[in-house]
Amino acid sequence: MVRLIDVKKEYDNGTKAIKGINIRIDDGEFVFLVGPSGSGKSTIVKLITGEVKATQGRVMVNGYNLNKIHNRQIPYMRRTLGVIFQDFRLIEKKTVNQNLEFAMRIIGASPREMRKRIPYVLNLVGLDGKGDRYPNQMSGGEQQRVAIARALVNNPSMIIADEPTGNLDPLRSLEIMTLLEQINEMGTTMLVVTHERELVDRFSKRVVAIDSGRMISDETGGYYSNETL
Amino acid sequence: MKHFSFGYFVQEGVRSIGTHGLMSFAAVCMIVACLLIMGSFSLVAVNAGHMLGDLQEENAFLAYVDESYDQTQCDALEAQIETVPNVASVTFISKEEAKENYLQGREDVELFTDLPDEVFRDRFSIHVTDIEAFEDTVEQVRALTGVVNITAAVEIAEGFVIVSQVASAIAIILIGILVLVSLFIIANTIKLATFTRREEIAIMKMCGATNSFIRWPFVVEGLILGILGATIAFFLQWGVYSLISTAIVEYNAASLIVVLPFGSMALRVYGGFLLAGVLIGAGGSSIAIRKFLQV
Repeated sequence: MVRLIDVKKEYDNGTKAIKGINIRIDDGEFVFLVGPSGSGKSTIVKLITGEVKATQGRVMVNGYNLNKIHNRQIPYMRRTLGVIFQDFRLIEKKTVNQNLEFAMRIIGASPREMRKRIPYVLNLVGLDGKGDRYPNQMSGGEQQRVAIARALVNNPSMIIADEPTGNLDPLRSLEIMTLLEQINEMGTTMLVVTHERELVDRFSKRVVAIDSGRMISDETGGYYSNETL
Repeated sequence: MKHFSFGYFVQEGVRSIGTHGLMSFAAVCMIVACLLIMGSFSLVAVNAGHMLGDLQEENAFLAYVDESYDQTQCDALEAQIETVPNVASVTFISKEEAKENYLQGREDVELFTDLPDEVFRDRFSIHVTDIEAFEDTVEQVRALTGVVNITAAVEIAEGFVIVSQVASAIAIILIGILVLVSLFIIANTIKLATFTRREEIAIMKMCGATNSFIRWPFVVEGLILGILGATIAFFLQWGVYSLISTAIVEYNAASLIVVLPFGSMALRVYGGFLLAGVLIGAGGSSIAIRKFLQV
């Protein structure tokens, strides 16, 4: 569960990125976080992943109070999250299997656990039999699936996808979003940051819209409409 | 689900050296260059110190014995001198031996054939342990009953002390500066190598890697590069030292400069290089990676 209570964030250069936001995301929810460039979406993601600290207000993530969290605890908090980026952020010099092993080693998984878990996750994201390929031998859609597999491999309770379809064509974008929806249906909480109107409207999920650091709407089954933004 | 092994860190460190071959090569070259400079300077300092030590050992003073003393009294006085602090050795020189020493090597010996032994006094040649306490020792021996006079080159002894102290201070300061400069250069070289992998580190952080998990492969990598650099530098140092010492021996017919054989110092040099290489490599890596861990 994620809770942002009266959160404000002002950067050292004086930029007020978040001007008082309240968001609650319960376990198992699927939430689209939408808004124009510079609206504060990325700052919200950074607040949840512990990359930046709130200037004011409280941030709770999966039982961790990020206002009081010790630096040494942040890695353990992050292990409850899986993060997916627009640019995939895969290690080019490692194969798909090695990229996933790499993520599992971080949490101290044994080789036996890796041998069991990695094929299962690759099958889940539709990359069965492609474990020995390098990222540059794959299409953008496939690379994003690898990134999703990496986010999933440690069985996090929540996945944060920051513009996951930003580098993909409409068909691949739809496939990826469908995959994220399927993962959510299996119980993983999903926060998808996007500004792709058609996708948001098509999936009819909870939509939290922000602009200029303020929340302007929060509707379940909502739309990314022209009226709100 | 805890399965961390040192083997993994070593494997990652070794793999990383291969993957980032050019940067690894640059780091090893820097370590070799810095160790060679430090090693050469240290070896010059060691040789200079050794030569200074030899000169110090030559430094002795003479204590003249009262003419009325017989051999028994002289023996007693010798025993007394030996108890004075800082006295390393006492050698009795009889008046006959003193005359012999005086005449030795003189071209006009025949002029002194009638010279009676009594013109000379019995004396003690006294060596000191610590040249810095030379003057104090001279005064303590002078104060003994039976010692009527002393000839001592106190100024020369003081000169040795000053030269020795200045040389030690310069050596310590220069080696200290070289260590700092080396650490700075190597930390920057490794930082450059680390910079190309900041994305990888950021991914690790996002996946929940602890700082120590990220740091260890880099430290192991630095450690291996440090050991490799130290070993190469040791053999190069050996070669350079041998060439220079051979040249000194050839052009130094009067043997004014004594060069210590490298073999007598080889283990200490390698030990020093290894220690410095490990500290510079592992320390440099740790310093370099610190900035990238703050994600």
